[in-house]
Amino acid sequence: MTATANPNDMIHVRATPEEKRSTIIGAVLIALGAYIFWQFGLGVEPGLQATFNLSLQTDTVQGLAWVVDPRQFSMIIGVIVAGLGGWRLTRRALQYTNLSLAISFLLLVMAFLAWAAAGSQFSLVGMLRSTVVLSVVVVFGALTGLMCERVGVVNIGIEGQLLAGAFAAVVLSSAFGTAAGVLGGVAVGALLGWLLAWLSIRFQVDQIIAGVVINFLALGLTSLMSARILSEIQTLNAPERIPAIRIPFLADIPVLGAMFFDHTYFVYGMFLLVFGIHYGLFYSRWGLRSRSVGEHPKAADTAGINVYWVRYRNVILGGMIAGFGGAFLGLAQVARFEENMTGGIGFIGLAAMIFGRWLPIGALGAGLVFGLSRAVQQKVAILNTGIPSEFLFMVPYIVTIIVVAGVVGRTRPPAADGIPYIKD
Amino acid sequence: MALELTGITKRFPNVLANDDVSLSVGEGEIVAMLGENGAGKTTLMNVLFGLYTPDEGEVVIDGKPLEFGSPGASIAAGLGMVHQHFMLVPVFSVAENVILGLEPTNGVGWINQKEARRLVNDISNRYNLAVDPDAMVEDIPVGVQQRVEIIKVLIRDAKYIIFDEPTAVLTPPEVEEFFAIVRGLKEDGRGVIFITHKLNEVIEVADRIVVLRDGKSVGEADPKATTQSHLAEMMVGRPVDLVVSKDPAEPKDEVLSVDRLVVLDDRGQRTVEDLSLSVHAGEIVGIAGVQGNGQTELVEAITGMRPALMGNIRVGGVDVTEFTPRQMHHLGVAHVPEDRQESGLVMAFTIAENMVLDSYYDHPYSRGVRMDWGVATDAAERLVREYDVKAKRVDAPVSTLSGGNQQKVIVAREFDRGVKLVIASQPTRGVDVGSIEYIHARIVEERDAGEAILVVSSELDEVMALSDRVLVMFEGRIVGEFDPTTTSTTEIGLAMLGSGGNDE
Amino acid sequence: MSDQPDVPPDDVGDPGPSLMQRITGVGESARRALLLPSLALVLALLVGAVIIMLTDVDAWQLMGTDAGAAIGDMFEGVWVAYRELFAGAFGSVRGISETLFTATPLILAGLAVAIGFQAGLFNIGATGQMFVGGLFATWIALHVTLPSYLHIPLAILAAIVGGGLWGGLAGLLKAKTGAHEVITTIMLNFIAGFFVLWALKTSAFQDEGSNIPQSSPLPESVQLPTIFGDEFRVNIGLFIAIGAVFFIQWLLYRSTTGFEFRAVGSSPGASLYAGMNVAVLITLVMFVSGALSGVAGSTMTLGLPPYRVSESFPGTIGFDAIALALLGRSHPYGVLWSGLLFGALIAGGRTMQAAAGVSVDLVIVMQALIIMFIAAPELVRAVFRVEHGGEAADQVTRGWGA
Repeated sequence: MTATANPNDMIHVRATPEEKRSTIIGAVLIALGAYIFWQFGLGVEPGLQATFNLSLQTDTVQGLAWVVDPRQFSMIIGVIVAGLGGWRLTRRALQYTNLSLAISFLLLVMAFLAWAAAGSQFSLVGMLRSTVVLSVVVVFGALTGLMCERVGVVNIGIEGQLLAGAFAAVVLSSAFGTAAGVLGGVAVGALLGWLLAWLSIRFQVDQIIAGVVINFLALGLTSLMSARILSEIQTLNAPERIPAIRIPFLADIPVLGAMFFDHTYFVYGMFLLVFGIHYGLFYSRWGLRSRSVGEHPKAADTAGINVYWVRYRNVILGGMIAGFGGAFLGLAQVARFEENMTGGIGFIGLAAMIFGRWLPIGALGAGLVFGLSRAVQQKVAILNTGIPSEFLFMVPYIVTIIVVAGVVGRTRPPAADGIPYIKD
Repeated sequence: MALELTGITKRFPNVLANDDVSLSVGEGEIVAMLGENGAGKTTLMNVLFGLYTPDEGEVVIDGKPLEFGSPGASIAAGLGMVHQHFMLVPVFSVAENVILGLEPTNGVGWINQKEARRLVNDISNRYNLAVDPDAMVEDIPVGVQQRVEIIKVLIRDAKYIIFDEPTAVLTPPEVEEFFAIVRGLKEDGRGVIFITHKLNEVIEVADRIVVLRDGKSVGEADPKATTQSHLAEMMVGRPVDLVVSKDPAEPKDEVLSVDRLVVLDDRGQRTVEDLSLSVHAGEIVGIAGVQGNGQTELVEAITGMRPALMGNIRVGGVDVTEFTPRQMHHLGVAHVPEDRQESGLVMAFTIAENMVLDSYYDHPYSRGVRMDWGVATDAAERLVREYDVKAKRVDAPVSTLSGGNQQKVIVAREFDRGVKLVIASQPTRGVDVGSIEYIHARIVEERDAGEAILVVSSELDEVMALSDRVLVMFEGRIVGEFDPTTTSTTEIGLAMLGSGGNDE
Repeated sequence: MSDQPDVPPDDVGDPGPSLMQRITGVGESARRALLLPSLALVLALLVGAVIIMLTDVDAWQLMGTDAGAAIGDMFEGVWVAYRELFAGAFGSVRGISETLFTATPLILAGLAVAIGFQAGLFNIGATGQMFVGGLFATWIALHVTLPSYLHIPLAILAAIVGGGLWGGLAGLLKAKTGAHEVITTIMLNFIAGFFVLWALKTSAFQDEGSNIPQSSPLPESVQLPTIFGDEFRVNIGLFIAIGAVFFIQWLLYRSTTGFEFRAVGSSPGASLYAGMNVAVLITLVMFVSGALSGVAGSTMTLGLPPYRVSESFPGTIGFDAIALALLGRSHPYGVLWSGLLFGALIAGGRTMQAAAGVSVDLVIVMQALIIMFIAAPELVRAVFRVEHGGEAADQVTRGWGA
C-alpha cells in the first residue's frame, strides 16, 4: 500500500451511537436515582408506613397487603437506579441498555407510589387492574396502526376511527341493543378504514393528510350529530353497560385474577388479537404477503400478489379493530357518548405501535406502559400529594414523547411505510 | 411455440418509451436485447411482465394472447423475470422470498416452513445454485441474491425468462458462471431474453441480437458475424469511441490520504474496515468492487457526510476527519454523489437552484441572507452552455432533464470552481453513451489540470478505462492494487471476490 | 435510482412551471389555479347540505305523517342555514368585521403549518404553540407597565419566543432523536393545554379570590387597537397577519434560509450533501412555525374582548390551519386567501348556529371535505368532469423512517 503509515496515537477513535446512548442514559439514570433517593426517600418523614392493598373487595381472597417503609424503600430504589446508571456509563453490555431503562422505570413508579402513599393506604391491585383496562383502547389503536403500516399505509386516522366507532356503538346499542352496537362500531371502523385505503390507494392522497381528513370527519360528524340528534333524543345516548365476565377459578387467583380474568370480552378479545396477529404475521400466508407488501410492494407485485387488494384488506381490517376498540370505549369503559371522548388516545396508540416496534406483542407491552401511567395518574390524584392535577394529567402525554423520542433507540418501520404504490 | 411481441407502444408524460417494438423468442433460444440507458429496454420488459400496461400492441405466448397489467397473469402464462433491481424483500429469509406468492400451507393458512426449505433446496441442487434457505436476504452478497432471484423464477417453472442487466452486479468470474446457468436454461428448452448494454457479453452468449434505440427497434444482428464497434454504432446511432483517450498520468504531491479508516453503516455494521489509501495530484485512482462492499460509506466518510468511527482522513495535509460537507466544499473538494436523485439534486428545484445547491450561501449568489437570483440565473445559464446540458430554460425543474443531463448539471456545479480533489461516485450510472463520453473526457481534463481524482464505480469497465491506478475493495478493505494497463479484468475480478490480488 | 424511464437526451420535454409561476402559485392560467379550490368548496357546501338534511331530527319525525312537508322542511333548513352563514360572514359591517377578525389568527396559524409543509414537516401543534405563545404574551401584558406602542410589541415578542420554543422543541426532538413531529406536536398540544389550565389558576394570572381558570383583565395599553371602532372586533392583528404573509413569502423564495428550508423539505439527502445543517434547519423551521402560531395565540389573548384570557383561547384554530394551509397549497398568498375564506366560513358558522340551530361543527366537516377534495383532485374531476390538469396528488409529508 502506498498510504502513509501514521503512528497509532494519531488515529481518531470515536464513540458509536450505541455507546453514546449508553452514556447519556447512564447519566440520566444516575440523576434519577439521586432524585429518587432525596425526594421519595429522604423527603418522607421517618416512621411513616405505606400500605399497598393487594385485594379488591370483590376478591375471593381478602386482606392481602404489602406494607413498606417508604423512606428505606425509596432510598434502596434510588441506589439501585443510580447503580444501573453507573453500569451504563461503563458502556459495557450495550444490549442491556433498554432493560436497564425498563427496570428503572418500574422502580421509579414504585418509589413514587410509596412516597405518595406514605402514611396511608393504596390499592395496588386496583391500580394494576386499571392499568389493564386503561391500556385496552391504546392497544386496539396500536393494532390498527400496525395492521395498516405492516402493508405500507400510515394511519393517523386511528383517533377518528375510534371516535366514530364509539359513537356508532353507543347510538346503535341504545336503539337496538348491545350486539347491534358492537357490530355497528366495527362496521363504521371498517368504513373509515375503507376511506383511508380508497384515498391513499385509488387517489394516492398523502396518507398523513388522508388520516387528518378522517379525524376531522369523525370529529365533525360525531359532534354535529351529538349536538343535533343526541341532545334532542337522549335515549339514543343511554346504552346498557357491557358487564364483565368472571372466568371461573382463574379469577380467584390473588392479584392476577383481578388484573386479567374479570373483564369484559373486549379485554379477552384484545389478548387474542394480539397473539393471533403476532403469530399470523410471522407464520401465516396472510402475514408473509402483508409484510412483503409493506416492505417491498414491487417484489410482492412481481410475485403475483395483488398489492392494492392486500392493502385494502388490511387497512379495512385495521379500521374494524379500531371500531371494536371504540365500542369498548363507548359501551364498557364510559357507557355513553361524549364529544371528542377519545382525547388523543388514538395518537397514543400510534406511539405505542412505534414503541412496540411494529410488533403486536410490543404494542401490548407499550399499551400497558401507557395504561400504567394513566392508572398511576388516576390513583395518585385521589391521594393528597400536593401535585396539581394538571401535571398528573400531562403524564401520559409526556411519557409518549419520551417514548417516541427514542428511549427505545432507533426503530425500523416497514420499508414502504407511507409510500403510495404506483404501478404505471 | 414462441413468445411474440407485436407493435408495442408505451408512452409516459413527455416520453415515448417504446415505439412500435416487435420481438420474438423461441424455445431454447437466447435473444439479447441491446440498447443504451434510456433506450426503452426495461420499459418493454415491464410491459411484458405486467408492471406496465402498453398503449398499443399485443403479446402472444405459445399462441395465447397475454393479459396486460398483471404480473400474476404473466407468471401464469409462463413468464419469469430477473429484475435489474432485485425484487427481494431484504428482511425476509431466502426461503420466504422464494415461496412468496405460492406459499405451501397446511390448509388453514399457516406456512409449512419445512416444505418451503425443501422446495428451495430442490431447485438449488438441480441447477447448482448454492443458497442457504434460512439466510436473511439483506445479509447475503448481491451475487447470491441474484441466485435467489433465479430460483424464484425457476420454482414458478417459467418457460421464458427475462434477465434485465443481470451482469451489472457481478464480477467477471461470476459473469462466466452466470453464462453457464443461462446456457443450462437454454438446453432445458427455455427461452431467454437477455437485456444488456455490454457489447462483449451479447456476442459471447446470444443466439440473436436485437438492438433498441430511442424506444425503437433499429435492427437485428448475428453475434457470429458482427463486431463490437458495429453493435455500438447501431446502439448509439453514430460511430463511438470505445476507449477513453488519455496520456499517462504524472502524479505529484499527495492530496488525499485515508489512514486506517473504520466506518459504520446505517445498521451499525462496520462496513469500512481499517482502510488506507492515497490519491496524488494529477492521477485518477479508481475503486473497483461489487456494490455493497463499503464504497458508499467510504465516500460519505471522506466527504464529511458520515462520521468515521476510527482513523484519519487528510486532504493536502489538513486533518479533515471531523469536517462537515460544507468545510470539505470550502477546502476545494468536489463530490459527484452516487445517487443523483437522492442526494445530488433536489429534483423539485429548478436547474438554476440546483446549480447553486452547495454554494448558494456564498458570494456572489447571496449577500447576507438575501439570495441574488439574477446572478444565480446568469451563472446557471453559463454552466448549461459550457457543460453541454441540453435544457431549454434554467428555471425549469431539473426533473424534466434526462439522466445524462441531470448528471451533467452535477458535474458542471462541482467542476466549475477551483477544486483540488474530485470524488466521483458512479459518475455515469444510468446515463446515455454521449454523456458518458462527455463526463469521462471532463474527468480526464480535470486530472490533466493537476487535480487529484478518486473514482468509485461498480462498472469494472469504467474503472479500467478511466483510472491510472485501480484499487479493489472487498468487505470494507482494499484487497489489491493494480495497474489497469497491465492487468486483465479476470485478475481484478478475482480480487473483487476477495481471492488473490497482488498487494504491493 | 428510480425506475423512471430515462428521457432521451434530445427530448427535453415540457419544461414545467417556471420559477415565477411557482413563486406566485399562479401559472399562465389563473383560472385553472383557482378552479380546483372553488370546486372543492362547492362540493363541500353540497355535502354539508345533505348532512344538514339528514340530521334534521324534527323533519325526520314528521316524515311518517307528512313526507312532503318533511322534505320541504329539510330544504328550508338548508336554505336558512346557508343564508345565515352568508349573512354572518358578509351581510353587514359587523359580518365583515367578524370575518376579518376570525381570519387573523387563522392566517397566522395557516402560515405556521404552510412553512412546515414547505420544509417537509407536518406541524399539527399550532394549538399548543398558540397556548404557550398566548400565555407568554399574557404574562407580559399583566406584569409589565409600558406605553401601548412598546407594550404591544413586547407582548407579541414574548409570544414569538414562547410559541417558537414550543415548536422548536418538537423540531429539536425530530432532529436529534427522529421522533416524528406528528406525534410530538399533538402530545405537546395536550401538555400545553394542561399547563395553561394550571397557570391561569395561579396568582401570576388569576384574580385574587377567583377559582375559575381565567386571567385578570388585561390593561388597556396592551389591548390590540380595533380598526373600525370599538363595537367591531377586527383589530390591528389583521395587519400583523398580512405583514407575516409578505415576510414569509420573502423568507421562502428570496432568502438563503428559505432556500435551505425548501431544500430540506424536498430532499433531506441533497441538503446534507449540499452542506446544510439539516438538524439545525429542522429545529429552526419548527421554531419559525411555532413563532407564527405564537403570534396567532397572542392575537387571541390581546385582541379578544373582554380581554380576559380563558383556558381554551386557541379553540380549533390549530386544526383549521391545517385545512387552510392545504387549500392554499402551502403558499403564503394562498394561505392569505384561504384564511379569509375560512374566516368567513367560521364567522358565518357562528351566526348559523345561533340563528338556524345548525352546530358550528358542520364547518369542521366541511373543512375535512375541502382537504379531501384538494388532496384528491381526481375526485373533484370525476364529479365535475373537468379536464385533467396533469398534476398529481401532493405528497407533502414523509413517513416515520425519514
